[in-house]
Amino acid sequence: MLNWTAIIVFVLLFGFVTWLGFFAARWRKGDLDLLHEWGLGGRRFGTIVTWFLIGGDLYTAYTFIAVPALMFGAGAVGFFAVPYTIMVYPLLYIVFPRLWSVAHKHGYVTSADFVRGRFGNRWLALAVAFTGILATMPYIALQLVGIQVVIGAMGIETGGLAGDLPLIIAFVILAAFTYKSGLRAPAMIAVVKDVLIYITVFAAIIAVPIHLGGYGKVFSAIPPAKLLLATPPAGSYGSFSAYATLALGSAFALFLYPHSITGILSSSSSRVVRRNAAMLPAYSLMLGLLALVGFMAIAIGVQSMPEFAGGFKAYSNNFAVPALFLALFPSWFVGVAFAAIAIGALVPAAIMSIATANTFTRNIYREFIHPACTDAEESRMAKIVSLVIKAGALVFIFALPLQYALWLQLLGGVWISQTLPSVILGLYTRMLNGWALLIGWVCGFGLGTSLVVSNNFAPVYPLHIGATTFPCYIALIALVVNIVVSFVISLPLNAVASDRHKDVTAAEDYA
Amino acid sequence: MSGHRDEHKPVRPLPWARLLLLVPFVAMLWVSSYNAVEPMVAGIPFFYWYQLGWILLSAVIIAFVYAMER
Repeated sequence: MLNWTAIIVFVLLFGFVTWLGFFAARWRKGDLDLLHEWGLGGRRFGTIVTWFLIGGDLYTAYTFIAVPALMFGAGAVGFFAVPYTIMVYPLLYIVFPRLWSVAHKHGYVTSADFVRGRFGNRWLALAVAFTGILATMPYIALQLVGIQVVIGAMGIETGGLAGDLPLIIAFVILAAFTYKSGLRAPAMIAVVKDVLIYITVFAAIIAVPIHLGGYGKVFSAIPPAKLLLATPPAGSYGSFSAYATLALGSAFALFLYPHSITGILSSSSSRVVRRNAAMLPAYSLMLGLLALVGFMAIAIGVQSMPEFAGGFKAYSNNFAVPALFLALFPSWFVGVAFAAIAIGALVPAAIMSIATANTFTRNIYREFIHPACTDAEESRMAKIVSLVIKAGALVFIFALPLQYALWLQLLGGVWISQTLPSVILGLYTRMLNGWALLIGWVCGFGLGTSLVVSNNFAPVYPLHIGATTFPCYIALIALVVNIVVSFVISLPLNAVASDRHKDVTAAEDYA
Repeated sequence: MSGHRDEHKPVRPLPWARLLLLVPFVAMLWVSSYNAVEPMVAGIPFFYWYQLGWILLSAVIIAFVYAMER
């Protein structure tokens, strides 16, 4: 049954952000024929805009659906998103102002640009660029899942050409305003998205406990096995090391993604980045509260309500949050909440497609295909690539089972972690040799991929160290191997074939 | 570029202050210290309110380090 009130509110809000997306081209006007204007908003965003932009970028619609869904399905382990986002901001504070400074000095638009300049090795830069694009593609596809779930929850049959139409329309709109306005569009829309998301989350965390009679009732409805992590058996670190390494490994990976780096580099100074490290945890608080919405869905008992049987069948646990809203809120507010999720998908999808387009254009097209291209040609290429990437994500979601996107996104986290030695260690030391880093990357990439596949696509692998079992997030295992290989091979290479003279950056560029 | 006065002044890193940024890592990686139901606060088990509390605490620590290095 179609939920007309919700659909009308949804369409109105969606229409508003569409207008905003096109209007954004005129905001802090710049020459959009230059890549750093189209793809980095001219590096002019101050503290507040950067806060909205990075917040809108990292806390995606898929996060808002998937984190509560994981709590709903698996319980306490889903809460690893909280320690993950706690550990990510000290890293942001320490490491990434250095990247901002050196990128500002040398006009770098992507992390691969930095690697190219620092190590003078185009093949290492290609590996970093390729990894970034590969890791981001399934992430964009998953944003579509967020939109799909809420469209389905409003009673529109998804599947078949007519059912797919709303999603196609949403993506054509997204593609058009991204093409026209570049990064300015998601920066502006992010403000609307966040206001809607905050309203939605606060409504849920206030209204649901009132409905149930307090938080005590929410938690007492949770089966004991889901309430806490399982106590590890003798001789194993069990779920404890799994939880800790998932959080730590995800924190290392997050700011290596091209879309995160785009958010950082578009800010107007390294101080803006530092300030945001202290301000962005506000989003983590929201995410933590939202995770509890998964438990509220258990407490309300949405899974056993007959009207939601179809939704759970079609979208499995991802339907938990939409079902909770449908069960408890009036239709107009359901429209607001669902629009928040759908708009929350547009912002990261736009930034991700811009970031991958920047990467392709700078580090593959200009470096390997058409080195003599003009600035205008470079910017035009990026705009076209952003369209191709979004079309690819759309085809991905329609043509392949959702499970593939989930697997690829898991692999994406493992893969992007393998760029840490080149990007993050590269910001601190030139001790590592470019070719050694490339060999380390190959080892980490290969090992990580084979462990994920042999582990049946579960992210945590039981490492056996002597008689002890240490379940560990695969991205971290591969990263440790990658770093060790990079250092060990750098020693002889630095002695016989040092590439340090190729470094175009100077120590003072990083301050 | 931005018009703020001190916006591009290089930051003087204070190593002692930056050591504080390790504290959230220690707290969060030490999972066995917080995998417990009691003590509850307002019906919320320790596991949940402790980690939510660390979000605020880590933000305060980062803000403190920022203020010291300004």
